[in-house]
Amino acid sequence: MTNDQHIRTRLRSKTVGIAGCGGLGSNCAVALARVGVGKLVIADFDRVEESNLNRQYFFSDQVGLPKVKALKENIGRIDPEIRIEMHEVMLSAVNIPVIFKDCDVIVEAFDKSEMKQMIIETVAATLPDKALVCGVGLAGWGDNEIIRMRSFGNVYVCGDMTNEVSDGYPPLAPRVGIVANMEANQVMEILLGKM
Amino acid sequence: MEITLNNNKEVIQADNITVADLIRLKNFTFKLLVTKVNGQLVKKDDRDKVFIHEGDDVVVMHLISGG
Repeated sequence: MTNDQHIRTRLRSKTVGIAGCGGLGSNCAVALARVGVGKLVIADFDRVEESNLNRQYFFSDQVGLPKVKALKENIGRIDPEIRIEMHEVMLSAVNIPVIFKDCDVIVEAFDKSEMKQMIIETVAATLPDKALVCGVGLAGWGDNEIIRMRSFGNVYVCGDMTNEVSDGYPPLAPRVGIVANMEANQVMEILLGKM
Repeated sequence: MEITLNNNKEVIQADNITVADLIRLKNFTFKLLVTKVNGQLVKKDDRDKVFIHEGDDVVVMHLISGG
């Protein structure tokens, strides 16, 4: 068995929750599907818009579709054996503990900082032993040298922790993709242990 | 007193301070924070009630939009 197959076998029994299916969530979910994570629990209330295509893992013919549905479709084209549990809902302190309770790891992939705070506090209060991987600080371009991961107990924060999205600093594919894949990379380390 | 703040040992030139005092003292100006003391979540409304003691492990995470 090659090491790649060995990794796939180990990840096949794992479940990862993806809270939000925008720039961070869609790219992170695709990376986890490609390495063979067996089940993804994906949640988002939103639909694909034209303006999302600058960074989110969707296609122009998917504009108008619920993001969870479009993401399930795209992951199915990569690996039809990955199981996808979809939740087309607005995540909240009430439904997060229910939707993600059986996940080995949860990925925070919201855009708004209030939602990021909400999920960190909700997981700390209701699922305190669950590892939570967050994306904080990804706007604009360049500044590669300040993107990294910082851990606070079982909360892992990926990003530059500095650059907030604003009119002058939009979220764009390269940096959003880096942070989304850094989140996926952190999930792998939590699931498999250090290399 | 010496505490661990965001994984780093730090000497704080004050005793008998709350989480809210520490945020002011360190001049953390970000709007949205998550705070923990020894792994326990301290909600925003409790930050002026929870005291920090010598040797405590304090986390002050700030959150910004984008995703």
